[in-house]
Amino acid sequence: MAAEGSSIDALGQFELVPVFGRIGASVGFTQSSAHMLLVVGLITLLLMAGIGARAVIPGRLQALTESLYEFIQDMVVSQVGEEGKRYFPFVFTLFMFILFGNLIGLFPFAFTFTSHIAVTFALAAIVFVLITVVALRLHGLKFFGYFFPEGAPLWLAPIIIPVEIVSYLSRPVSLSIRLFANMVAGHVMLQVFASFIVMLGGLGLIGKIVAVGPLALNVVLIGFEILVGFLQAYVFAILTSIYLHDAVHLH
Amino acid sequence: MNEQNGFEERLREARGRHGLDRAAQEQGSGASGLPGGSMGLGLRAGIEVVSALIAGVALGWVLDRWLGTFPWLLLLGFVLGAAAGILNVYRLFAPRRGIH
Repeated sequence: MAAEGSSIDALGQFELVPVFGRIGASVGFTQSSAHMLLVVGLITLLLMAGIGARAVIPGRLQALTESLYEFIQDMVVSQVGEEGKRYFPFVFTLFMFILFGNLIGLFPFAFTFTSHIAVTFALAAIVFVLITVVALRLHGLKFFGYFFPEGAPLWLAPIIIPVEIVSYLSRPVSLSIRLFANMVAGHVMLQVFASFIVMLGGLGLIGKIVAVGPLALNVVLIGFEILVGFLQAYVFAILTSIYLHDAVHLH
Repeated sequence: MNEQNGFEERLREARGRHGLDRAAQEQGSGASGLPGGSMGLGLRAGIEVVSALIAGVALGWVLDRWLGTFPWLLLLGFVLGAAAGILNVYRLFAPRRGIH
């Protein structure tokens, strides 16, 4: 799969394949959807097992669950303010889904569903619709004043308003592209260096010795990818909270 | 309850002794609480510009298809997208407008 002949197929790993035989094919149930379900199951299991004990002195699982929970809660409250607690479940769900999606993609034979723009854009679109609805419900028509900052000269309105609208519309685009690009770049690099190992390995003894180089690099890259996976889930969650802050307070 | 308060107190002391809290404060760099670093900041700025361009061009293109004025609104959308991209990058570096 990795290196057929001497060509490097770096993008083949992102191809969608229907799973579960004929039933899966007829409803378009791909390995991407299967991994999403798996991630949802894993998160549910972790949280259920984590809070099951309810010990005063937490065990390992409980400590992990509690620190994830408090990490996101602190972030939401510090970014949005006390009224941000209402949106904590949403941000926590997003964060866990993206974090587990990023991390599960690092396992052999697994698929990274966050490496598809359709998935990341769908998540960003949910955030975009939510912040718009929250702003409209809390502020009504005053929300549209957001597109024209107070104190700006009125004759600039024909320029400022379209630019502000485009800037507002670019939020889900930048949110989705950031996550998608990071995941694709990381997995393409892993694939390319993995192909080097296979190709060099076929070149006799010297090739096998040289192949240690890309192998070492891939070990480092895997560690780096764990960092990137966590960081991108964090960035997605914190940008969601910043947008929620804008929606709630509307400067 | 008293016992737990004592625990929090001791935990804070221990964290302070090992310099954990200070490290956490320094890590949360950047005005918005996002992770800093010049490479990350550069990438963020690039993504902001590109996504604003995409949003502007897409908006212009959709309006063009709707109104049948093919190239003009797309070109206008491109200009607006470029302006919005610069605005986004400016917002990235400018201090956030706080809670009034």
